[in-house]
Amino acid sequence: MATTDIGLWGVPLAILGGAIRVSTPFIFVSLGETITERSGRINLGLEGILVFGAMTAYAVAVMTASPWLGLLAAAGAGACFGLFHGWICKFPRVNDIAIGIALMLFGTGLAFFFGKSFIQPLAPHLPALPFGFWSDVPQVRAALDVNVLFLIGAFLAAALWWAFRNTRIGLIIRVVGDSADAARAMGVNPDRVRLLATAAGSALAAIGGGYLSLYYPGSWNESISSGQGLMAVALVIFSRWNPLGCFAAAILFGGAGALGPALQSVGVSHGYYLFYAAPYVLTLAIMIATSSPGRTLAGAPGELSITK
Amino acid sequence: MTQRLLFNRRQFLQTTSATAALGVLGAGSAVAATATIGFIYVGPKDDYGYNQAHAEGAAALKGMAGITVVEEEKVPETVDVLKTMESMINLEGAGLLFPTSFGYFDPFMLQAATKYPKVQFRHCGGLWTDKNPKNAGSYFGYIGTCQYLNGIVAGHMTKSKKLGFVAAKPIPQVLLNINSFLLGARAVDPSITCQVIFTGEWSLAVKEAEATNALLDQGADVVTCHVDSPKVVVQTAAGRGAYVCGYHANQSPLAPQKYLTGAEWNWANVYQMYAKTFLAGETLPNFTRGGLAEGFVKMSPLGPAVTEPARKQFEATLAEMKKGNYAIIKGPLKDNKGAEVVAGGKAYIETAIELESMNYLVEGVIGATS
Amino acid sequence: MSEAASETTFETVGGRRNAGSRAWIARRAEGVVIPLGALLVGMAAFSIFLLAIGKSPIELFDLMWRGGFSSWFSIQNTLSRTAPLLLAGLCVALPARLGLAVIGGEGAIVLGGVATAAVGEALAGSGVPGPIGIVAMALGGMAAGGLWIGAVGALRHYRAVNETISSLLMAYIAIALMNHLVEGPLRDPASLNKPSTQPIEAIYRIGAIPGTDVHWGLAVGVVACILCWVLIEKTSWGFAARVAGGNMRAAQIQGLPVGPLIVGFCAIAGACAGLGGTLEVAAVHGNANASLAAGYGYTGILVAFLARQNPLAIIPVAILLGGIDASGGLIQRRMHLPDATVLVLQGMIFISILFSDTVYGRWKIFNPELWTEKG
Repeated sequence: MATTDIGLWGVPLAILGGAIRVSTPFIFVSLGETITERSGRINLGLEGILVFGAMTAYAVAVMTASPWLGLLAAAGAGACFGLFHGWICKFPRVNDIAIGIALMLFGTGLAFFFGKSFIQPLAPHLPALPFGFWSDVPQVRAALDVNVLFLIGAFLAAALWWAFRNTRIGLIIRVVGDSADAARAMGVNPDRVRLLATAAGSALAAIGGGYLSLYYPGSWNESISSGQGLMAVALVIFSRWNPLGCFAAAILFGGAGALGPALQSVGVSHGYYLFYAAPYVLTLAIMIATSSPGRTLAGAPGELSITK
Repeated sequence: MTQRLLFNRRQFLQTTSATAALGVLGAGSAVAATATIGFIYVGPKDDYGYNQAHAEGAAALKGMAGITVVEEEKVPETVDVLKTMESMINLEGAGLLFPTSFGYFDPFMLQAATKYPKVQFRHCGGLWTDKNPKNAGSYFGYIGTCQYLNGIVAGHMTKSKKLGFVAAKPIPQVLLNINSFLLGARAVDPSITCQVIFTGEWSLAVKEAEATNALLDQGADVVTCHVDSPKVVVQTAAGRGAYVCGYHANQSPLAPQKYLTGAEWNWANVYQMYAKTFLAGETLPNFTRGGLAEGFVKMSPLGPAVTEPARKQFEATLAEMKKGNYAIIKGPLKDNKGAEVVAGGKAYIETAIELESMNYLVEGVIGATS
Repeated sequence: MSEAASETTFETVGGRRNAGSRAWIARRAEGVVIPLGALLVGMAAFSIFLLAIGKSPIELFDLMWRGGFSSWFSIQNTLSRTAPLLLAGLCVALPARLGLAVIGGEGAIVLGGVATAAVGEALAGSGVPGPIGIVAMALGGMAAGGLWIGAVGALRHYRAVNETISSLLMAYIAIALMNHLVEGPLRDPASLNKPSTQPIEAIYRIGAIPGTDVHWGLAVGVVACILCWVLIEKTSWGFAARVAGGNMRAAQIQGLPVGPLIVGFCAIAGACAGLGGTLEVAAVHGNANASLAAGYGYTGILVAFLARQNPLAIIPVAILLGGIDASGGLIQRRMHLPDATVLVLQGMIFISILFSDTVYGRWKIFNPELWTEKG
């Protein structure tokens, strides 16, 4: 392996590379949750679904030698969890937040239960596109090895942003999210829309899990997720239910997360725990700076239990 | 201060006289033809690392006549582990317990040992002293020597003269490994440096991957680690074309071409010796340590990439170490802030108790202990 | 929530005591029978799961009974695990009565623990009598936790920052702070391979309830649950909070002090969690270390929702959880099932119990009016 000494340039490069590598699960989970929350439901269980997705994707990839089949299986499994959440929450007085938390436990539990025998085997990884081909600095090439899922995520963010404004399905989801009564008046069944929106959101979250196990860090173990699923749900509120905002928030979060290791690698190593908290501090600071007591959360779906 | 019992196969079977001679009295256990032995792990049993190494050791007891093994995995270092120990004693009749995670020792294992004086407790990594209950004890292996051997191979294989080390926390056991790794490499070429990144957690996949990437970005081309599950570090480093040295268990199946060698525990050997002594009704030692000579630790087989000069120096040093009493930390030695930590002429052999309270990184390691 | 409606019943006013008490029983019975039924349904679902993987549900439930409840040892095992869950549950339940979803109790627990250890260090060698020292440590823990979650409430009210996200972010920040302090400024140099703060002196340690090996934290937790129940159900503050929880805007228009209510309830909630941290340090660990972040704060969310945010109901729910937890090890060891088995079981039971919220008021037998008319 040829190396080039890049010194302090390693920090911005690590942030760039980290933003691309680490952000993808956040992108998928937060986009998924945006669809669900826009329809007026909140699914806090995406953490469990992400972990189950990671396990399913890895297991199927091991068995079929195809990471793509793994992702497909993960999406299917995620959709099943979503359908379950969507179905159970349509009953009166069933609390969607609480069911989400129970699903978090259930999904994680099932993933660990069935995942034991897949910790040892090796699964084929998802491919990356070498966007750094123009550079002869190996570090730059490594940072710009971009996984296909990241690109799909970016595209999806833009597509969803467009679709919420310009398509009939987008409009229906938004109406259902803002007022179930208005939706019924339009002849739309809010429960069915929410069922499908939750299923779609959960499928995306499971794909985010598949990214974790099949690309970065690229293995299945029980500490594969460090709360990405839960954090991504929070990022949805942070980005005000805007898909483009989700993408930006995920990038910001991923980049800030790379700061800690990168600073240590150039010798800034005192108080590393505090650097590791950078993504959380940064997100909180931006939240505080951009919120104001006068207005409620702009863009918040009216039916969402968390913002009522 | 502490009377220490260095432990090899022969000595172990003579423990009764040995302990008496040293003035350390282990509580005798009743002669039993059968025994139930409990193992407690802090993480999943198959993690390609710390817990797997212990679980493989426990598995080696399962075939022994008269031995029943009970195990529990993912037990947090809270009141949970205390209750798990009590449950194994009360409901399973365990007579000998191995709580394997460091955090179990104080206060939980010490409390349990006080409450159940007839049960034997042996803890991995703790520093048992004669103020602690006599039915408790600790064992550990001098794995620093293995990290030194890792360093020798790494020193031969690095082209950039920069090594990388992904570490969990700056505690003595970890610092000794980092220092040993670098000193091994410097035995090959004194210009080599080693960059360390602390992740702050024993098991956190994404951060370990990021740390590995950051090390590689700074030019490191051989990487090793001290985290509970080295799987992610090994895969990430090998995926970017760097060489890796393993830790805890053999990770060569994860990167057959890039895996050079690794520092492994050999707990099967240790646990079998404990079990035999226990079954025979003899007294277990309270303070047990061993290294390559005693078979407490071992090296992974050298990988295909390892060059001939590397192999030669590796094998020569390994042979030297197997004689016992090898000293890695010897003066004159400075820490990486320039202060002298070991005076010239002074050497700490692997058994030196001072090494278990190491609080510095040696010159050539880039990183800080706090 | 349905709670508020079912509380406002006046059927005993007529003086028909017998009918009144039967109505009272009917109303309360609903709250007992439905969750128990849901528990059975969850266990049945789990039995099917076990049969599908070829294990015996009877053996498992027998082990659960033995591991969690059947003997004095098992009961103590269960109760030892219950204590932190009580206080963590309160940290979620109190703000929830105001309609706030605070999910970051973990942060208040770890900071409460660190503050306790810091007070403990200051007390070392001071000669302050044990009980006073323990109270000082508890106040330290409660202050730290109260400030932390109180800040979440303040951010919510005065800056309109969503409390769910801020409390979660602040939990991660709190854990980072705790790790920094424990491994840096507050580290006891003698704590070699397990970085910890200075050990708390023996006279300031919280011991076991006499005749048991369960520490006093259990009693503290139960008392806290009762006090919080009184606060919510029997005081004007609690009434105002319930009104605000029903409709924040209407409460504001009525002139209720919504801001102080939100900040105050959040601060009390955080103080409960902080007290949980105190107990972990003073009764369990003897110092503050990274094991303080054991996830009790997150389990507390579940406890609170299963208890339908009722502080009294938190007690049996926490005991149930503690019992399942206590028996998990036995299931691993005897049936050779992975540790995650317990998670699957918990998931199924919780989904079932939460789902049962929908059947309240559907069965006539629990309708108090039915019994009033008959009498």
